[in-house]
Amino acid sequence: MSPSVPLQEMIRAIRSARTQCEERGVIQRECAAIRAQFRQTDNGGRSHNLAKLLYVHMLGYPAHFGQMECVRMIASPRYSEKRVGYLGAMMLLDEKQDASLLITNSIKNDLSHSNQYVQSLALCTLACMGSAEMCRDLAPEIDRLLRSSNSYIKKKAALCAVHIVRKVHDLGELFVPSARSLLSEKNHGVLHGAVVLITELCERSPETLERFRKTVPDLVQIMKGLVISGYSPDHDVAGVSDPFLQVRILRLLRILGRNNEAASDAMNDLLAQVATNTDSTKTVGNAVLYETVLTVLDIKSESGLRVLAVNILGRFLLNNDRNIRYIAMTSLQKIVSTDHNAVQRHRGTIVDCLKDQDASVKRRALELSLALVSASNIRSMMKELLIFLSSCPPELRAQAASGIFNAAERYAPSKRWHIDTILHVLTTAGGDVRDETVPNLIQLITNTSELHCYTVHKLYRALLTDISQQPLVQVACWCIGEYGDLLLKGECQETEAVQVTEDDVLDALEIVLQSHMSTPTTRGFALTATMKLSTRITDNVDRIRSIVSIYGSCIDVELQQRAVEYNALFKKYDHMRAAVLERMPVIQKNSLGQTNGELSEEPMKESQPGKVKQEETALPPQPAGQVVDLLDLLGGSQEPLQPGSSVGGSASTQLTAAPTSAGGDLLDLLGGFEPTPLAPAPTVTVYEKNGVTLTLSCEQQSESGLTVTLTASNSTDSDISGFTLQAAVPKSVQLQMRAPSRDSLPAHGGAKLTQLVVLNNPNKVNLKMRIRVSYTCQGSVVQDMVQVDSFPGL
Amino acid sequence: MIKFVLMVNQQGQTRLSKYYEPVELSKRAALEAVAVRCCLSRGKHQCSFVEYKDFKLVYRQYAALYVVVGVSDSENELSIYELIQNFVEVLDKYFSRVVSSSVLKIFRWLQDISNCLFLSVRRVNWMYPL
Repeated sequence: MSPSVPLQEMIRAIRSARTQCEERGVIQRECAAIRAQFRQTDNGGRSHNLAKLLYVHMLGYPAHFGQMECVRMIASPRYSEKRVGYLGAMMLLDEKQDASLLITNSIKNDLSHSNQYVQSLALCTLACMGSAEMCRDLAPEIDRLLRSSNSYIKKKAALCAVHIVRKVHDLGELFVPSARSLLSEKNHGVLHGAVVLITELCERSPETLERFRKTVPDLVQIMKGLVISGYSPDHDVAGVSDPFLQVRILRLLRILGRNNEAASDAMNDLLAQVATNTDSTKTVGNAVLYETVLTVLDIKSESGLRVLAVNILGRFLLNNDRNIRYIAMTSLQKIVSTDHNAVQRHRGTIVDCLKDQDASVKRRALELSLALVSASNIRSMMKELLIFLSSCPPELRAQAASGIFNAAERYAPSKRWHIDTILHVLTTAGGDVRDETVPNLIQLITNTSELHCYTVHKLYRALLTDISQQPLVQVACWCIGEYGDLLLKGECQETEAVQVTEDDVLDALEIVLQSHMSTPTTRGFALTATMKLSTRITDNVDRIRSIVSIYGSCIDVELQQRAVEYNALFKKYDHMRAAVLERMPVIQKNSLGQTNGELSEEPMKESQPGKVKQEETALPPQPAGQVVDLLDLLGGSQEPLQPGSSVGGSASTQLTAAPTSAGGDLLDLLGGFEPTPLAPAPTVTVYEKNGVTLTLSCEQQSESGLTVTLTASNSTDSDISGFTLQAAVPKSVQLQMRAPSRDSLPAHGGAKLTQLVVLNNPNKVNLKMRIRVSYTCQGSVVQDMVQVDSFPGL
Repeated sequence: MIKFVLMVNQQGQTRLSKYYEPVELSKRAALEAVAVRCCLSRGKHQCSFVEYKDFKLVYRQYAALYVVVGVSDSENELSIYELIQNFVEVLDKYFSRVVSSSVLKIFRWLQDISNCLFLSVRRVNWMYPL
C-alpha cells in the first residue's frame, strides 16, 4: 500500500493535476490509501489522514467512509485527535447520518471536561450539527455552562444555545433567565453571544419579547458605552468601537421597539446620538449608520428622528461607494410609501442612478423612480424614463414599460402627450409590453377624437419604418382601418402630413399580412383593417376584394373565417357593408375590464342571443355613432328587411352571426345596451348580465318632474350582497335618489330590490341617464355601467 | 443569518467552504458553481451585493482570492462586508500573508478560525493557541 503523504503534498498533487480526470485519479488513490489506514486500529497518523479526507470532502468528493473514524477520534483522549475528529464531525456528519447519534455521549462527556478547549470543541460541534434529539438531551448542560465563570466558555455556550433554540423552539424557555443575566457581562464576546441569543428568543415567541422589553434600558446603556468610549485596541475596527456588537444591539432594539411606544421612546435619544456621532467616512461607520436608520424607520420614532434617518439615506445616495448607494436605495424603497415627501427631495439623485453601470443599482433606481412619479414631475420624469428604456438591460424592459404605462395613465398632462409616450414606448420596447396594452391604447385613441388625424399619421409612419414590434403594428393597422380616410385626405394640423395614396396604404397592410414576422393576431388586425378600408376609399375596392378572397383559403382558421365572412359581406350583403363597417363607437373604459381579450366576438355571440331576441321585437332606428352595442346597429339596419316581430327573431340571429364577426371587430363592447321600448309594459330591462337583471319604469308626475323606479333581481345560484346603484344625468336635470329597499339580492330571485329616483327636467332636454351597478357576488366585486337613452312612457 | 462562506480563486475552484445550514453534498457543488459564477462575472464597477434566489451574496475580492458569504435577506449587508474584511485581516495577522495558495496550506486551521469567527462574529480573543 502506498505510503501516506502529508496533507501539503496531497494538495500540491491535486493542484498540479491538469484535467478533471487526472484530479479524480489522484483523489481516488489517496482515498484508497486513507481507507486502508483507517482499517488499521492503531495509527499515529490518524489525524493527518482525516485532515486529508476533509480536504477531499471539501472539493466535493464522497467521504462518508470517514464518519466512523471521526467518531472514534472524538472518543480518543489525545487533544490533537479530538480536535480533528470534531472538525470532521462538523463537516461530514449532519443530522441525517446515523453516526451522529453516536457522538452524543462523547459530547456530553466532553462538556464536563476540565480543559476549557475541549469543552469549547464540544460546544462548537453541537452548535454546528446538533440534531433535535441531541439538543434536547444536552440543553440542561448548556444552560449550566451559560452560568459558568469562564467567559470563553460562556461565549461558546451562548452560541450553542442559539442553535438549540433554532432547532427546538420549545427549549427557548429554558434559556431566558440565563440570557437575561448575561447582559451584565463586560466581555464583548459574551455580550455579543447574549444579544444574538435574546434576538433569537424574541423573534420566536411574542411572550418572550414582552419579557425582554424590560431590558431596553440596559441595552441602551451598553450602546451608549460603546459609542462614547474612547479608543480600545481590543475592539476597534477603523475607528468604531466593536461595530459588530453595535449592529447587533441596534437590531435587537429594533425588534423590541417595534409597535411599542414606551420602548421606542426610551431609544430615541440613543438613536439620535448614534446617528450624529458615528464617523461616516469609513464603511464600518456607514454600516452602523445603516442599521440605525433601519431601526429608526421601523419603530415608532418621532418625526424629527425620521427626518434625520432619511437625510442619512440621502447622504448615502451621494456617496461614491456603489455599495452604499445600493443599500440607500433599497431602504428608500421601503419607506417611499410612508414618507413620500422626504424621499421626493432626493429624486434628482435617484434619477441619476438610472444611468449607473451596475444592474442592481439600475433596478433599484427604476423601482424608486416609478414610485416617485407624481403629477407635478411627470414630464421630466418621463423624459428620463424613456431615455432609460432605450438603453436599459433586457431583463428590466418589461418592468420599465409597464411602469411607464401606469404612470402615464395616472398623470398624463394631455392626451397628445399620453399617446406620444405610448407610441414612443411601443417603438423602443414593443416586444416587451403586456398584451392588454393594445386594447388600452386603442380605447385611448378612440376617446381622443380630435387627435385621430395626428395619431393615424404617426402610426402610419411608424408602420413604414418597422413592422417587427407586434403591439405597435396591431395598433397601427387598427387605426389605419378606422381612420384611413383621414390619412388619405393628406392634411393634418398637428403634424406634417405625408401624401399617401390608396395604393400606398394597401401596400403597407399587405406587407404586414404577408410578413413572416407577423403573428396570427396581427394578421387578423391587418385583414380587418383592409376590409374596413373598402368603405373609406373609392378606387381600389377590387384590390381589397381580391386580397380578402385570397385569405379565404388560408390555413389559419381564424383568418379563413374572417376572409370568408368578409367575402360574404361583399357578395350577398353588399348593401349592408357601409353600415357594418362604419366608425367604431367610443368605447367605455369600464367595459374593457370585462373583455376576454381583443378578438373575442364568439363569447359575445353566446351571451347576446338573448338580448338580440329582445331587440328584434322592437327595432327603433338607431343613428350611428351613438354609444350602443354594435348589435343594435345591426338591429337597426335590419329594420327595412323585416317588421319587428318574433318571427324575425330566428332569422335575424342568423344574420347577426355573420355581420357580428365582421363588424364587431376587436373589442367586446358595453355589457349594457339600449332599452328597447316594449309597447305593452312600461318597464324596460336596462341591464341583464350574469343573471342580474335591472328594469326601469317611469312615471310622469308633473310638467317637468319624473319618477323612475329601478328594480333589480338575481337569478343566479348565489346570493349577491352590497348591491348599489348610482345614477348620472345631463347637467340641467336634477336628480334625487331615494334609499333602496334593500342592499342584497338572494339567489334564484328570492326578493327584488327597488330604488326610486326622482328627476326634475325643467329645460325639457333630451333625457339620458347613466346608471352604474356594483355588487359583490361569490366574493368578487362586479361593476358595470349602462346608459339609458330613451325612457318608456315618455 | 449567515448561510455559507466560500473562498474561491480566480478560476472558480473552491479553496474553503463552510456551510452553516445543512446542504446536501450534491447540491453544494451546484450552489457553489452558481454563486461563484455570479460573483466572478461582475466587473469592478459593480456592487458587492448580489441578490440570488431568496438570499443575498456579499463578496469581496482580494487579489486572486474571492470571499463569498451567503446571507439571509434580513442581514445588514454592510456589516457582513466589514466582517469579511475582519476575517481576512485576522488571517493576515496570524499567517502573515494571505494568498490563495497559502489558504490551502492552512486549510485545517482555517476551518477552526472560521468556526470561531463566523459563529460569534467577534474578533477579540479568538487567538487562543491553536
